[in-house]
Amino acid sequence: MANFQTKLGMDALELARQLKAKFGDLISEPAEFRGEITLLVADSERIGEICAFAKKELGFDFLVDISSVDNYGEDPRFTVIYHLYGYGHLCYLRLKTNVSEEQGELPSVTQVWRTADWHEREIYDMMGIRFRGHPDLRRILMWEGYPHFPLRKDFPLAGKVSEMPEVAFTEPAPLAGGPFVTIAGGKDTLSREPRVRIPETDALETNARLERRRDIKEAHGQAYGPGPIEPRKQRG
Amino acid sequence: MADVQEIEFKEAAARGIETTRTLATNSPGEELQELKGEKLVLNMGPSHPSTHGVLRIILELDGEIITKATPDIGFLHRGDEKIAENMTYTQFIPYTDRLDYIAPLANNVAYALVVEKLLGIDKQLPPRCQFIRVICCELARISSHLLGIGALAIDMGGVTVFLHTFTEREKIYNLIEALTGARFTTTYTRIGGLARDLPPGWVERCRQFLDEVLINIDETETLLTRNRIFVDRTQGVGVIPKEVAIDYGLSGPNLRGSGLEHDLRKSQPYLVYDQMEFDVPVGTAGDAYDRYLLRIEEMRQSVRILRQCLDKLPGGPVNVADMKIVLPPKDQVLTRMEELIHHFINVTQGVNAPAGEVYFGHENPKGELGFYINSKGGGTPHRLKIRAPSFVNLSILPWLLPGHMISDVVAILGSFDFVMGECDR
Repeated sequence: MANFQTKLGMDALELARQLKAKFGDLISEPAEFRGEITLLVADSERIGEICAFAKKELGFDFLVDISSVDNYGEDPRFTVIYHLYGYGHLCYLRLKTNVSEEQGELPSVTQVWRTADWHEREIYDMMGIRFRGHPDLRRILMWEGYPHFPLRKDFPLAGKVSEMPEVAFTEPAPLAGGPFVTIAGGKDTLSREPRVRIPETDALETNARLERRRDIKEAHGQAYGPGPIEPRKQRG
Repeated sequence: MADVQEIEFKEAAARGIETTRTLATNSPGEELQELKGEKLVLNMGPSHPSTHGVLRIILELDGEIITKATPDIGFLHRGDEKIAENMTYTQFIPYTDRLDYIAPLANNVAYALVVEKLLGIDKQLPPRCQFIRVICCELARISSHLLGIGALAIDMGGVTVFLHTFTEREKIYNLIEALTGARFTTTYTRIGGLARDLPPGWVERCRQFLDEVLINIDETETLLTRNRIFVDRTQGVGVIPKEVAIDYGLSGPNLRGSGLEHDLRKSQPYLVYDQMEFDVPVGTAGDAYDRYLLRIEEMRQSVRILRQCLDKLPGGPVNVADMKIVLPPKDQVLTRMEELIHHFINVTQGVNAPAGEVYFGHENPKGELGFYINSKGGGTPHRLKIRAPSFVNLSILPWLLPGHMISDVVAILGSFDFVMGECDR
């Protein structure tokens, strides 16, 4: 078994310096925190070019993750973060770039790593940042047509009211219009399905339940359960 | 005794070549798109048994051959990342149970490690804590792989295997219950340590389990590895070449099955993995059969690691001795002023993390589970991003599925061993 520790004599800091040497002022000085190297890319429009260089020349063949941060109240508002890793040298590198709210867009890196596809869709879905040149920029976790971007800081934790699609699909689904599928705007299951509970009997049941509850309340002084436990009588 | 039937095994190279696909062919479905005639659209999931949860795949079929596959995810989206921004670091630990709910202990450990990295105490953990955490991770790996293999088999009709591996998982759940008090939702780690030490007699029970699970793994192999039907349905199915696997960011057994020797336990050693002796199995053909074999071998290696851990298990405390991070003992909280204050601050405000950002990748049973924390200081993360291995692993499906038969889909999905709780977060 090969030793994983062989590192081609490289470390993340050296790789970061090489990237800086190539792009100059476009990239900030490497910042180190807890042994991780972070580079800030000044112009988000050139992120694709930098990533392509990092992959081809510096051996960062694995895009671990893309995440986004909402710095609400600051300008520029969004930060997009790329975590790179190289299987040759086993080093992590973090690239960050800022995107303002008005701009709200940066080039896609799907041409460099295909795994970026779903990561970018997720960022678009959650944060509302668009990626130019993405082959299929749709929502991924929320449904098509959802109006909000839930990971933004001005979106409340409790959520916002939004209209659910009438059926779970936005495009005509297979078997749509068939006998077993509810059609948007068509009859609902209640009227289509004869065995389903009828509202009138439901009302009768509900009334009976209310009646029982009232009886219990009269007998025990409260609606639920048999009331407070009375102290046990001493047996003679 | 019946004669042992000879089974023809294809050479690894031949399996790979049969479906020659490289990165250059942009989408293998492209030539299939040209096919004339009416296409059938089949809606697989979200409640199809082989989708292991709520994955929906929209398949376009030409006869029985898939020409286009569009995965649709998000049915289990709960907004874990949003929730994390609104609570202290410790409060989020129970939510990590619900990511990869087949291996909650491994998620607990991964999350505790990333917060400890942010606090700068990940190298100062007491040795006993580190050993117990490794034990947790490896038990979780065995549990997850047993389910993965059982589910792969039952998807292809092998009900016996499923019941067989579940018998063994039940024993793991008993061990986990004795250890954490819960079977599924363990919430075992704390920032800077563990919820509690090992209970008395647990080590012996664990040793006994390790002896039993090895027998079970051998029996599972006799049921599957040379089983004619299983071999025919998995060999040469779902072949992923190495460069494609890297390009799509696969990790864990799915990446190693394609022949890349990479394991975060070896390449970025954390806890006490650098003191452990174990091998990292690697596949050759990158097909579903290889991924199955790899999981079998990984379980054996996990047993090796577990035995070493139990042998070397040191004594001492399981928590760091910093009351600003770990809750002080309860009897002292009730009698001493300073401990009471620490307890109060820890519970109400959380640990005081510095501003900064960290990423930590953990070798989970399913692949690289990464947490990225962006902290502006204080007890709550400003942003917590979960890099879920299942999410990334599934993104290869639109590339992988076209060209396969519809019955191959269940074999491929089974061999991927994904969990939607983690994928949708």
